[in-house]
Amino acid sequence: MATYTPTTPIDGIGDGHKPPVPPVGGGDDGRGNNLPDYGARLRRARLGLICAIATVCMVFISLTSAYIVRKGLPTFDDASSSYVHDWGVVRLPWLLLAINTALLLVSSATMELARRQAARQAALAPVSSIPGVSLGNERSFPWLGLTVLLGFGFLAGQWLAWGELHNGGFYMNTNPSSSFAFLLTITHAVHLAGGIIALLWAASASLLHRPVEARRIAVDITAWYWHFMLVLWIYIFALLGFAR
Amino acid sequence: MATPVTVHAHAAPQGFIRKYIFSTDHKVIGLQYYFLALAAVFVGMFLSLLMRIHMIWPNTVLPLVGEIKPETYLSLLTMHGTIMVFFVLTTAPQGGFGNYVLPIQIGAPDMAFPVLNMLSFWTTFVGFIVIIAAFFVGGGAPLHGWTGYPPLSAVQTAGPGEGLGADLWITSIAIFCLASLMGALNFITTTLDLRAKGMILMRMPLTVWSWFITAILGLLAFGVLLSAGILLLLDRNLGTSFYVPLIVVNGVVMQHKGGSPLLWQHLFWFFGHPEVYIAILPGMGVASQIISTFSRKPIFGYKAMVYAMLSIGFFGFMVWGHHMFMSGMSPYSAFAFSILTMCIGVPSAIKTFNWLGTMLHGHIRFQTPMLYAIGFVSLFVSGGLSGPFLAQPVLDIQLHDTYFVVGHFHLIMGVAAIFGIFAATYYWFPKMFGRMMNETWGRIHFFITLAGTYAIFMPMHYLGMAGQTRRYSQFTEVAYQTKLIPLQTFMTYAAFITIAAQLIFVINLFWSMFKGPKASDNPWEATTLEWTTSTPPPPDNFGGKTPVVHNGPYEYGVPGAPKDYVMQTDPAVAAAGH
Ligand code: HEM
Ligand SMILES: [Cu+2]
Repeated sequence: MATYTPTTPIDGIGDGHKPPVPPVGGGDDGRGNNLPDYGARLRRARLGLICAIATVCMVFISLTSAYIVRKGLPTFDDASSSYVHDWGVVRLPWLLLAINTALLLVSSATMELARRQAARQAALAPVSSIPGVSLGNERSFPWLGLTVLLGFGFLAGQWLAWGELHNGGFYMNTNPSSSFAFLLTITHAVHLAGGIIALLWAASASLLHRPVEARRIAVDITAWYWHFMLVLWIYIFALLGFAR
Repeated sequence: MATPVTVHAHAAPQGFIRKYIFSTDHKVIGLQYYFLALAAVFVGMFLSLLMRIHMIWPNTVLPLVGEIKPETYLSLLTMHGTIMVFFVLTTAPQGGFGNYVLPIQIGAPDMAFPVLNMLSFWTTFVGFIVIIAAFFVGGGAPLHGWTGYPPLSAVQTAGPGEGLGADLWITSIAIFCLASLMGALNFITTTLDLRAKGMILMRMPLTVWSWFITAILGLLAFGVLLSAGILLLLDRNLGTSFYVPLIVVNGVVMQHKGGSPLLWQHLFWFFGHPEVYIAILPGMGVASQIISTFSRKPIFGYKAMVYAMLSIGFFGFMVWGHHMFMSGMSPYSAFAFSILTMCIGVPSAIKTFNWLGTMLHGHIRFQTPMLYAIGFVSLFVSGGLSGPFLAQPVLDIQLHDTYFVVGHFHLIMGVAAIFGIFAATYYWFPKMFGRMMNETWGRIHFFITLAGTYAIFMPMHYLGMAGQTRRYSQFTEVAYQTKLIPLQTFMTYAAFITIAAQLIFVINLFWSMFKGPKASDNPWEATTLEWTTSTPPPPDNFGGKTPVVHNGPYEYGVPGAPKDYVMQTDPAVAAAGH
């Protein structure tokens, strides 16, 4: 049972936990943009990203389980009056997909460079505002722009791959295996397109002279998301390749 | 000591649209969610009334609705269930009260991502418009029930309403999933990152815990429903065969081949069972909060309450198969699902006994919020007891798809969660609107609603045991069921009275908003942070300050304290004798 003693000193604040950060306005509405604690806002945004990634994982876990179930499912064939497996093998355009994978790999690297560049800029922002201090050619290389280009390249490559599938006679409803090939790749492409939109937003943030921290947070979040998209793609590629 | 940390206070937004429509203030958004759910619950209630009328007067032609054909009945049932589950039971407790109260209770000025929060609400709103649109398109609303089992839900020509209506239904659910995912992300980040100084996890009010755990369930469950829904849309519109086997519909052989309706059932219930906890967990949080406050006693077993909710959430993901005992699953899986299902009974019982233990020897104040919290416990017990029966595969052969199941889930999910919403409304209304609700009418509303809901839903168990199947529009022609007509008539009359009594609530709500007596900052003498700030709270919740927390959430009746309660921001209570 607790007892009340008004003079007891404060104890137990934050025991065993990270010290709580005094909250400021929201993380995404720009109201708190000029506050110094952008580290806290960065952490908050990353936490949000982890949640988003968990959700995307659940989406692909469900699609995978549907894939496995559907693949193993016997189906009644009225011609032979027996149960058969109707899972066909899709002829995937392997070369094209390999090139796309390479594009995405490279884009992940450029994305990481863009992320580090943005982090450096944010760290140096207070210095660069001192008159007479020059930061040299820090800004020179447009890693972000390059990543966006590579991202579009990947999407274009996927578009070609879907065309190849159509040319080979595989459509969404040709066979359960082709349904899944389209479904998984399109779902991934939609998620990646979301990443590109975020990148464009981050790029415009620098054009519109938004505070460098806001840009940094946007770039950082998108970068982690982008790496996740790469991992996800490799997973899908492996699923389509090995669990045919 | 208790000096508040001063932080930057953001100015209140100007202009009607920024202030009340596209507001990023979690309090405004919480109220928007609440009123959306209020509108939805009236639509849902109206539909249920039509169903009850049709059951006892099957040939009556109703004004507005016209003649109720069997398929009309099915579309009423589908829309009733879907609107209630998604747009009421998921929307009000979490989106409404969670949004309004959670940031204040942890001492934060707003949610972590206010713009995203606004977006979640408006996405939910669009989802609601889309589902309502299903009534008005050619063919009308879909017939496949809130669970949307294929092949009925997956074939455009399977029935009236299965065309555009069903597409709208699935689209609405998908939109709702997106909205809930955004909301869940926001709730989790807010709880983890925006707590005030001193608000360690084990000092969070149980309401905050319940919204937090609900958000985790939502984050993991809605993605699954979303993917399942996309597969369904593809089957319907692009001719894939995920769910649809070789099938003949109305004499026409469909192009589909080899799909499995059971695949949908697995995906749906993997979402569906966590969803029932998404509906009830916030109610559990509210009941804990209110029962402790109005018994003037610390909650019995705070930690046990937290761990019980966590384990309910955890087990909730492993029991989905209990909805599928009759689907021809292997008896071994049925056995496993049965055991795991009954495991959930343990934390549920822990919570129930802790509520009772909190009330025991308390100086109970029987005001309306407390009455509703007790009503919640009562319904949770009566609805929960039938769960372990249904969890026996052998008994479920008899009971599955009968009114027994309808009785079970209406008591525990439908009405118990609604009682949670009522309790929360009467409890936080003073904080939200600065006025008190009328106590007398609150009590009258409570007693009619309690008696009425038991009168409607208890007999359903007997109907079910007597073999009355669910989702059938007429039974007056079936010999053994005609004996049950008096009971059916009784239930319909009870529904009339209960629904009419809800008008008392609505009038009380709106009347008190403008005419109720002014509320003080802490009318219930409660301890959590929302009662430390002014009524209603300023735009940044604490007027430019952030509170510092020194105590647990339920310090009532502390020996030696000047009052019978110690606020969370009061100087620390020494934890002696632990
Ligand atoms: C000890 C706890 C519980 C057990 C053992 C249990 C068990 C079951 C079982 C076995 C079924 C399937 C019956 C059938 O379709 O044949 C069922 C249905 C259902 N339960 Fe529970 N339940 C419990 C608690 C809950 C709670 C807390 C909720 C909601 C808040 C809930 C909501 C539902 C719903 C909505 C359905 C029917 C869904 C439908 O078919 O439309 N149950 N329950
Ligand atoms: Cu269940």
